[in-house]
Amino acid sequence: MARSKTDPMTPAIFHVKRVIRETEDTFTIELIPSNGTTGFSFKPGQFTMLYVLGAGEVPISISGDPFEKRCLTHTIRSVGNVTRLLQKLKAGEGIGVRGPFGSAWPVKASQGRDVIIVAGGIGLAPLRPVLYTVLKNRKKYNRISLLYGTRTPEDILYHQELMKWRSQFDIDIHVTVDQAGKSWKGNVGVVTTLISRIAFDSTQAVALICGPEVMMRFTIQEFRQRGLNNEDMYVSMERNMKCGIGFCGHCQYGPYFICKDGPVFRYDLVEDLMKVEEI
Amino acid sequence: MRTIEDLIKEHRFFKDLSSEHIETIAGCGKNMVFKSGEYLAREGNPADQFYVIRQGKVAIDIVTVEKGTVIVQTVQDGEIVGWSWIIEPYYWRFDVRAVETTHAVALDGKCLRGKCEKDHDLGYALLKRFSGVLARRLEVARLQFLDVYGVQQGQAAVQKTKGKRHGTK
Repeated sequence: MARSKTDPMTPAIFHVKRVIRETEDTFTIELIPSNGTTGFSFKPGQFTMLYVLGAGEVPISISGDPFEKRCLTHTIRSVGNVTRLLQKLKAGEGIGVRGPFGSAWPVKASQGRDVIIVAGGIGLAPLRPVLYTVLKNRKKYNRISLLYGTRTPEDILYHQELMKWRSQFDIDIHVTVDQAGKSWKGNVGVVTTLISRIAFDSTQAVALICGPEVMMRFTIQEFRQRGLNNEDMYVSMERNMKCGIGFCGHCQYGPYFICKDGPVFRYDLVEDLMKVEEI
Repeated sequence: MRTIEDLIKEHRFFKDLSSEHIETIAGCGKNMVFKSGEYLAREGNPADQFYVIRQGKVAIDIVTVEKGTVIVQTVQDGEIVGWSWIIEPYYWRFDVRAVETTHAVALDGKCLRGKCEKDHDLGYALLKRFSGVLARRLEVARLQFLDVYGVQQGQAAVQKTKGKRHGTK
C-alpha cells in the first residue's frame, strides 16, 4: 500500500464498496482507497489493521485476490465490538486501514511442487489469496488440493467459488463438516480425515495450514504419517496484536512477534512453541 | 473379473495378512449394493457384519430427540465401516446409511468370530486392525467434541485475547 511506506502507524482512509454476507456470523467486506491511489499490493497470508473510526482497531487477514489491485478484501467473523461494527458498515462509509503487515505463504517457493492447502473454519480466508494465485498460475504447480473443514454445512465459506473451482477439474477439493443433519450429502468428520483421500508426493509436497491450533496440530501429525517433513509444512498463527509492526510486544510468541515474523511460519520454527501452554 | 479375494488382498486394511487368512476372510464376504437412503446397519441390531466400502459413501448416524438424525461421520471408498462385530456384545452402536449408491463387500462377522476363536493368529491380526479403526474413530470424535470452530468457544477466546486476526479462526 503506497500510504504505509510513509508511516505504518497512520491509517489511510478507505471506503466500503460492499459488505457480503457469507454465513450467519461471517461477512466479507470490500474496500477501496479514498484518495484515488492507483491501488495497493499484498502477499497471500498478510493482514491489515482495520480501524473503525472512534471504536477501535482489529487485525484482519486479507482474503481477496492479490491480482485485484483496486479492491482490498477481508473476510471477518463478527464476534467482538469492532467486528460487529464493521459488519454494520454501509457502502460509502469510511474506515482506517494500516498495512499490509506480516509474513506470507511460500507461494512462489512452492512452484513445481504438490501444494496441499488445509483450512479450518475461517482459516480459509487467509488461504484464499493462495488459491487465487496458484490457480492463476496453474501450470507452475503440480497437484493442488484444498481440504476444508468447518462446523456445519451452513458455515461453509465462499460456496460459489468452491463450486466453480471444483468444476475446473485442476484442483482436488474436499470439504467436510463436523456436524450435519440427515439431508447433508457431503462429508462429515474432522478435516484430518480428508488427508488420506488425497494423492501427493511427500518428497516434494508442501502443506499450507490455517485454522484453530488444535486442528493444525492434528493435521500436522497426519501429514507426518504420510511422510511430510516439518520443513514442508507452514502454519498461520494467531495471538494478540496491537501495533502490527513489532513495536508493542502484544503478540510476542517465544522469540517471535506474530505480526512481524509471522503470522505465517514454517512449522519447524514453531513446533516447540505450539506445545507450550498459554504462550 | 476381480474376485472378493483379490479385493481383500489389495486393500490396505488387510495388508500383510497371510494368504491363508485372506482366503478365510474372503470366504466370508459377498458383494452388495445399497441405494441412497438404504441402511447397512441399524442401531441395536446384532452386528453380524462389517463392510469394506468399494465405491460410494455411507453416513454413521445417530437419532437424537433434540436434533433428529445427526451424522456422526461419513465413510467412503476404500474405508471400513463396522467394528461392533468384534467387540462384545456384538450390537451395532449406530445406524449406517448409504448417502449415495454404495458398492460394498459385506463380511460375515459372525462367521469370522467363530474362525477367530479357532485361529487366534487370525483373531489377533483382525483385532489389531480394528483397534486402529476404533482409535481413529475415538480421535475424530474427541476433536469433534472440542467444537474448535464453535461460536461460543470463539467468543470466549476473543474475550481472553482481543486483537486476534478475524476475532477468531
